[in-house]
Amino acid sequence: MSRPGGISTLADHKRRRIDELIARTAEPGGVSLIRDAGRRLLRNPTAIVGAVIILLFLIIAIFAPLVAPHDPVQRFPELTRDLTVDSIPGATAGHPLGSDPLGRDFASRMIYGARQTLFVGVLATLIGLLLGVLFGALAGAFGGWVDALVMRLTDVMLALPSLLLAITLVALASRSTQWTVIIAVAVVNVPIFARLLRGSMLAQRESDHVLAARALGVKRRDIVLRHMLPNSLTAVIVQATLTFAVAILDAAALSFLGLGDPDINRAEWGLMLGVDGVRYFEVRPELAYYPALAIIVVALGFTLLGESIREALDPKNRR
Amino acid sequence: MPLLDVRDLSVVFQRKGTAPVRAVDGVSFTVEPGQTVGLVGESGCGKSVTSLAIMGLLPRRGNKVTGEVLFSDTDLLKLRPRDLRDWRGRDIGMIFQDPLSSLNPVIPLGVQVAEVLERHQGRTRQAALKQARGLLDAVGIPDPARRLKEFPHQLSGGMRQRALIAIALACKPRLLIADEPTTALDVTIQAQILTLLKELVDDSGTALVMITHDLGVVAGLCDTVNVLYAGKVVERAHRHDLFAEPRHPYTHGLLQSVPRLDADRGERLHQIRGSVSDNIPWSEGCAFAPRCDRVIDDCIGDTVPLEPTYRAGALRCTNPVPKEVPV
Repeated sequence: MSRPGGISTLADHKRRRIDELIARTAEPGGVSLIRDAGRRLLRNPTAIVGAVIILLFLIIAIFAPLVAPHDPVQRFPELTRDLTVDSIPGATAGHPLGSDPLGRDFASRMIYGARQTLFVGVLATLIGLLLGVLFGALAGAFGGWVDALVMRLTDVMLALPSLLLAITLVALASRSTQWTVIIAVAVVNVPIFARLLRGSMLAQRESDHVLAARALGVKRRDIVLRHMLPNSLTAVIVQATLTFAVAILDAAALSFLGLGDPDINRAEWGLMLGVDGVRYFEVRPELAYYPALAIIVVALGFTLLGESIREALDPKNRR
Repeated sequence: MPLLDVRDLSVVFQRKGTAPVRAVDGVSFTVEPGQTVGLVGESGCGKSVTSLAIMGLLPRRGNKVTGEVLFSDTDLLKLRPRDLRDWRGRDIGMIFQDPLSSLNPVIPLGVQVAEVLERHQGRTRQAALKQARGLLDAVGIPDPARRLKEFPHQLSGGMRQRALIAIALACKPRLLIADEPTTALDVTIQAQILTLLKELVDDSGTALVMITHDLGVVAGLCDTVNVLYAGKVVERAHRHDLFAEPRHPYTHGLLQSVPRLDADRGERLHQIRGSVSDNIPWSEGCAFAPRCDRVIDDCIGDTVPLEPTYRAGALRCTNPVPKEVPV
């Protein structure tokens, strides 16, 4: 192609000027999908709000020992002294949210609860995501009987209401620990991820650029890993951020039903809401309000961020 | 010895519950080393399916491919898929119609060019990227170092098609199959891309199979032209012969339907009646008969054979256009 700078009837300095002007209008090279999406995320107030909420809770969770005024499992004499069946002490000096039914500092338990709750939510989502991507990728890449098998399995799992499935899984385990809750919540989400990924993998398999890659003799493994999978992950990533909120709520629901972690010393919002909050609701409703509020706000944070990430990754919004 | 010798290639689409469809029906043609051969016809005549069958890119399920595709004496149709993969991209390159969707949207251009070099020439990523820069430069992409890092959506249509050509020619294949390479581009860019293809093919001695419905492309580029209709070759001729003296009424009709600047004002543009779907099976006569202006009784009844004409041409017609008819 003859560039304008190569026009021979022009004087040298005019030609250079053309090149300069062209260089000035050229856009900066190499903006990746992720970086581009990130830039758009930063301009979206919804995303900022979501990210700030999550970050706040993450900081509280990570630095719980520094933030919390007291040890969450220690029983304080000044609190247990006033503890009766009909009254649980409210805010006092040194205990901003008062006591829990066992005379422990409620504020510290809330703060340590962030740790436990986020841990369960993150891990359940990640495990669900990993397994779901694995099965979905297998189904999408191989098709045929592998696809049929995986899809029938997910059909069976999706046929049961997710909470019922989680309850069944926890009940199957002989002894409930926090891990049974995590695994149960994770497994419930596997078919959702698997179906989502399989769907976009199938669409990718028929796409022109995969045909073009095949025409270049690219190996099957590389076609799946380099061409089909990266183009299919967007939907799954977004689903993961949304699942996050649901996972926390599911874990809380299991605790609420008494199927959660039996360790009474462990501070977890779902457990606090489901056991103490319900039992002592008439005595001191704050025991239910605070954990419920915390769960709702964190879930909101993840939902806001998830929605904005979905929007930012949508190719229609690019440039 | 021809580089590519396609013999009696047939592709049948078979789907449960429906009658099988013969998309390609005994197509034979040859490509000599360095030669440019055109496959011409309107939509649905089997051009693209022919190219996909040669490359072994049709889905195995639901398609029956028969015949022989001899590429320097190796029958590509008999190779195991694993072995055929080694030939694709290395010995045979391919360019597709839509340059945007043929590039992976989430991978930088450079990596996509490098991939084929890594795959077939065992280059490291670094060496391949360095070579990719030269390749992009060779197809006329300005500032290749910057473009290497860019993503397909940041390039213009013409630039993307140049990049695809660079990828297809990266391993210096002996044969390049271009499936409507200019259809999705602006007219000004079309001319640039065709010029580029011609230059590259001439310089490297690569043979080119040009699949197109555009007779202008054929006129400018191809040595030999195969005109396809309903899955069969109906006329084969050297470029000059085809344009000077089209013998098959279909070819004749195609050439007459090209608008001309020197035509009288008010003169209606010639059109071929009906559409590709208005045809009869080849076993019952000439598939073009229902649309043909020169149809005679002999056209219906038996399969019309492909008869050789002069200068290695061939014609499948019972009542061809007489030689002296000017186009």
